[in-house]
Amino acid sequence: MPTFQDGFIIVAKRECPTCELLESVYAELAAHDVVLSVFSQDDPSFPDSLNDVIDDTGLENSYSLDVETVPTLIRWKGGKEVERAIGWNKTEWRDLTGINGLGGDLPENQPGCGSITVEPGMPETLAVRFGDTNLEARRIEVAAMEDDIEVGFERGWSDGLPVVPPTEVRVVRMLTGTTRDPAEVLGNIPPNLASCTVEKVAINAVMAGCKPEYLPVVLAAVEAALEPDFCMHGLLCTTHFAAPMVIVNGPITKAIGMNSGGNALGQGNRANSTIGRALQLVIRNVGGGVPGGIDRATLGNPGKLTYCMAEDESDPIWDPFSVDRGIASGKSAVTLYAAEGMLGNMGDMSRTPESLTRSLAMSLRVIGHPKKIQAHDAMIVLSPEHLRVYREAGWSKARALEEFNKALTFSGADFIEGAHGVAEGISPDRADEQVSKFKPDGLNIVRAGGIAGMMSAIIGSWAATGERGSKLVTKEIGT
Amino acid sequence: MIESQILLDPTAEVSPAKRQRVTPPDSLEGKTIALLDIGKRRGNVFLDRLEERMAERGLTVKRYAKPTNTKVAPLNVVQTIAMECDIVVEALSD
Repeated sequence: MPTFQDGFIIVAKRECPTCELLESVYAELAAHDVVLSVFSQDDPSFPDSLNDVIDDTGLENSYSLDVETVPTLIRWKGGKEVERAIGWNKTEWRDLTGINGLGGDLPENQPGCGSITVEPGMPETLAVRFGDTNLEARRIEVAAMEDDIEVGFERGWSDGLPVVPPTEVRVVRMLTGTTRDPAEVLGNIPPNLASCTVEKVAINAVMAGCKPEYLPVVLAAVEAALEPDFCMHGLLCTTHFAAPMVIVNGPITKAIGMNSGGNALGQGNRANSTIGRALQLVIRNVGGGVPGGIDRATLGNPGKLTYCMAEDESDPIWDPFSVDRGIASGKSAVTLYAAEGMLGNMGDMSRTPESLTRSLAMSLRVIGHPKKIQAHDAMIVLSPEHLRVYREAGWSKARALEEFNKALTFSGADFIEGAHGVAEGISPDRADEQVSKFKPDGLNIVRAGGIAGMMSAIIGSWAATGERGSKLVTKEIGT
Repeated sequence: MIESQILLDPTAEVSPAKRQRVTPPDSLEGKTIALLDIGKRRGNVFLDRLEERMAERGLTVKRYAKPTNTKVAPLNVVQTIAMECDIVVEALSD
């Protein structure tokens, strides 16, 4: 840490017109019997009127003094700051220096310019340069000739795609996205039950390609994954296809530019793609959940790289999914769902809700296996054109779900073991029962998609649902 | 000058910071062993003797060579060894 002499300190830069305006003031001050330390951020030959300007192009003094605006005038006494004036204000400068006629002909007031220390990206860079980050993660030195992208692969940090190298500056910048203490422990990440701090999440969010403003969403997703109800450990170990899917609701989806429209489940949106990926990288890197290790998926699914979307809340006909899940209206939240791949339903002839419900139910019937009953949950991602059919008929979401349940209640005889020549099935003693495909809370609807297309997506769940496996978990997104 | 870079460890930090060597196998039984001549003089003498000794033990041995010791092995040599063998022994000589 630099030390300063008692007296007056001025921090300025040539590029600032206000700093240049004050040439005569610097000379006046120097002519008085005062100790004057002038630091120049960009050009040690500035101010021209002084001979002993201190070169602060390295910005250590400016950073140490926490200067945000130039010029800044500070009175320093007894090893500490007594007062400061920011920009040029004749009265303030005269009061602070005790020199009555200071800056005689100059305008009364002129605002200063931004200090180089606060230019975009600079605070993080300087925090790292001057060892002021308080980050606890182990430092890994990458040799000069190593390719830092290849390092991510070689060290096993990658999901198979390149990761952004987690430099200290990038991680410090990522942490500006949250008000939380980097050292705060979120919990123990399965399968290794490794302690996971906000800082570790930030490192993995950097690698996933997140922007700092996405970090609160990633943190909420990690916290949701840690809820025992979500059963992350089991979901990770399973041979099944499933992976955590992140559904985001609330104003943050617009604030960070998430996609709930065309290609909401596809590629191309940075927030959707990187938030889901960050959760997976936390599980991989902090938890140790690696394919071929504890992750024993028979086939997996592409969503294990990233599986994240925002709900389209633009049509007020139905409440946002997060509100259904108990989050106050207007708040942002993530919901985690143990999801397998998606099945498209292209029912483009139904113009009544009755027909559309039965049409979608035909696809829902095959989730998990066409003869499985109450084994899997399902999520309908309803497109705007399908939603329009329900809106025009005035159906509530509850009404739609009730009608889905009716359309998905069948004679048990078709589902028993051996029926239709297929060994798979329910116990033969249930042949005379009416059986429902889904558990009472096993079917849910969220809205997303482009404005054109009479088609919706159906996303089945992990084979272990409810009490014996994973339940939906919703967490409000903090700051 | 290209400087080294510092990255922050994204893991739970339960393994050493330095990249670890692949764990050697417990046994050579049933494994196919590549003997790679890096192209330096008399490396073949060492590998010939090693092949003899391994053959006496009934091990499967395959021979490969780099065109020159001055450059890293060509990709096709690396890939062929990876496809055909479990273990590789390089002869360093001088």
